[in-house]
Amino acid sequence: MTQPTTAAQKDAPTSAAKSVGEKPGSGPRWGGDVRTLSLLGVLAVLVAVGGITAPDEFLATSNLQLVLTQASVIGVVTVGMTFVITSGGIDLSVGAIVALASVWATTVATQEFGFAGILFTALIVGVGCGLVNGLLIAYGRMVPFIATLAMLASARGLALQITDGSTQIVSVESVLDLGARDSYILGVPPLVLIFAAVTLVGWLVLNRTTFGRRTVAVGGNAEAARLAGIDVRRQRLYLYLLSGLCCGIAAFMLIVLAGSGQNTNGNLYELDAIAAAIIGGTLLSGGRGTIIGSVLGVLVFTTITNIFALNNLETAVQQIAKGAIIVAAVLVQRRSPHGGT
Amino acid sequence: MAPRPPLLTMSGITKSFPGVRALDGVDLEVQAGEVHCLLGQNGAGKSTLIKVLAGAHQPDSGEITWRGAPVTLGSPVAAMRLGIATIYQELDLIEGLSVAENVFLGHEPTAAGFVVRASAARTATAELLKRLGHAEIDPTRLVGELSAAQQQIVSMARALSHEVRLIVMDEPSAALDPEEVDNLFRIVGDLTSDGVAVVYISHRLEEIRRIGDRVTVLKEGRSVAGGLPAESTPTHEVVALMTGRNVEYVFPERPAAGFAAERAPVLKVEGLSRRGEFAPVDLELRPGEIVGLAGLVGSGRSEILETIYGARKPDRGRVLVDGTPLRPGSVRAAVGAGIGLAPEERKAQALLMLESVSSNVSISTLSRFARAGWLDRRTERAATHEAVRELSLRPDNPDAAIRTLSGGNQQKAVLARWLLRGCKVLLLDEPTRGVDIGARAELYAVIRRLADEGLAVLLVSSEVPEVLGLADRVLVLREGSVVHTADARELDEHRVLDLVMEGSPTS
Repeated sequence: MTQPTTAAQKDAPTSAAKSVGEKPGSGPRWGGDVRTLSLLGVLAVLVAVGGITAPDEFLATSNLQLVLTQASVIGVVTVGMTFVITSGGIDLSVGAIVALASVWATTVATQEFGFAGILFTALIVGVGCGLVNGLLIAYGRMVPFIATLAMLASARGLALQITDGSTQIVSVESVLDLGARDSYILGVPPLVLIFAAVTLVGWLVLNRTTFGRRTVAVGGNAEAARLAGIDVRRQRLYLYLLSGLCCGIAAFMLIVLAGSGQNTNGNLYELDAIAAAIIGGTLLSGGRGTIIGSVLGVLVFTTITNIFALNNLETAVQQIAKGAIIVAAVLVQRRSPHGGT
Repeated sequence: MAPRPPLLTMSGITKSFPGVRALDGVDLEVQAGEVHCLLGQNGAGKSTLIKVLAGAHQPDSGEITWRGAPVTLGSPVAAMRLGIATIYQELDLIEGLSVAENVFLGHEPTAAGFVVRASAARTATAELLKRLGHAEIDPTRLVGELSAAQQQIVSMARALSHEVRLIVMDEPSAALDPEEVDNLFRIVGDLTSDGVAVVYISHRLEEIRRIGDRVTVLKEGRSVAGGLPAESTPTHEVVALMTGRNVEYVFPERPAAGFAAERAPVLKVEGLSRRGEFAPVDLELRPGEIVGLAGLVGSGRSEILETIYGARKPDRGRVLVDGTPLRPGSVRAAVGAGIGLAPEERKAQALLMLESVSSNVSISTLSRFARAGWLDRRTERAATHEAVRELSLRPDNPDAAIRTLSGGNQQKAVLARWLLRGCKVLLLDEPTRGVDIGARAELYAVIRRLADEGLAVLLVSSEVPEVLGLADRVLVLREGSVVHTADARELDEHRVLDLVMEGSPTS
């Protein structure tokens, strides 16, 4: 009589604890995995499609290098954007900041300072624009949409004024060398390495630091974050600085890639970056962000572009496909158990 | 009972959601012209049941008959057509529309089928509001500009703008002052004398005694008792039915009166005031003491708490912790000095609903687990686990998603946040709101234990028995002024209610 009772008593709490422990704990993680896996699946399908429709060109090393290089520039911007969106904000000015930073860093005056001058200027202009965004939003209490829309307009305008519409050719050898084929490290273009580094740092910062945790808290519930003693305004300021910094890095990468600076650089980057972050699983309303998802989102878009180009399809069709993917991805997220509530 | 068929019968209603059986065989019978009260703890299935009744959820099985004939409530519109109206607890009004537009949303009086006759809607709304005793609400005002109580009236006007035979009210008194509750009861009385049935949900037993005719008790998705007489069923019997246990409010034991008088105050509030919210307030809080603020909704209780905490900037006065004045209007200064707040609206003001228990507990202490911004997640988890265990939060798993916890356990997570931080002063704003009766006693014990360990607690609650039962000293507020201060044991509920309503200071 006694023995079965004790056994049951012993068992009951442990099994109960286990089941409660596993369900909520594994729930969100599993949801995230499903999303990441489905994006990987989409990417695999795309690679297969590319391999079948353009067998010789698509899988060539040079083409894969090209795809990754193209993904790198927008990818760096997307990492910054992911942070901003996770915090419940939005940065519409990224494309314009990339343009401004790329032309400012390639003026004749800047080029006199060589490699360091170009790099430093690109970064400083990016951070400076981010600072203005951040101050307006965090301390001027402007809505992020409006503040960064204003930055979009004025940064583009300033970029046009600096160049007067002309392309500024880079004559600094060391910068141009970085984009040359013989500077590849183990077959990997340096720009891709920069992208990888930014991704890694971004992932670590979002997932393993107090800064990342506070970003998620501000995006999840800004009032609760404030009442928990977090300096919400300063956090917002830092986030737009971070986005600006990413734009500066991207501008430098574009300069390396094109060997020039142009005021039309970074056109519509804001839309690509937002779209990549959203299909990656970052909540547009804030509170949840994934760097890996964003990077996969960028790779999906870049691969589509590449496949369409290799098959000589029109840009128009390509745009329609991109739109369809955004819609499909968001619908899938809605269905998944932990999507958008 | 007369043999006429009941207005509504629901029998054997079941409803499952993924992972939960929300309703597991509920029977409900409502007569025309009666006030039928629905009682049950949080999670007993009340909300699901009224959503079934409103046509918002489809039951998995069970039968519903309406005026003697079986019906299917396939959609909210179908329920409304039959004459069933529901006033939800979370008011579902659109703030950017006017009162009249809200009342007639979806069934606007029209000319030629699509042109809204705005003036007709306004006139009809004004009549409804008059009938509800609130003729002063202007039908053209935006709902967002109204007080919570007024919004409730608008909600009710909306329900009455249909031909109703049955009206469901989900905790209608939760946001109301006693005076407004009286008005609500008058409205309920008018409705029932017109033959309308009211299904009334409330946690407050005394209300149910005042206006209820019969009571149905739900527990864990089943109706455990139906049609009990509301007036004569003893409280302990009702509580026993709801909880399966025999619990009333159980308060932990208090230390002897004046035990803390010798200790130096940890928190001092000097002449703190905010125009239009509360007059200059002085108070002292000593370690180990629980001080309660009693007053009506709108008496400035929450505002005082939030101003002490720096979430609102005072016009005058100052807050001192251990004799050092805090920078006014700075939450970070208050938190840095050792003040913690468990705010009134837990979900909106305290919790990160997408996150784990651990993230929610550690959010105010992050830098302690970080070196150069780098989080040591193992130490963090271990520390939050310990805090969570200390407050016997269930499940005691820091990785659990906070949204899966009950109200009482979510509140414990908020307390664990400040326990972990090691704060000296804890401000509690309605700590048991949305916490069911069984879990309250446990929360009271936790609060007292924290005080015994040396924490100073300032408690705000709209439930007078809670303030009297838990606090050592009580400050009674009326219209933003402290009208009375006394040892909690010297006061009783009637005295406090007299004070908050009359405000005759006697000391």
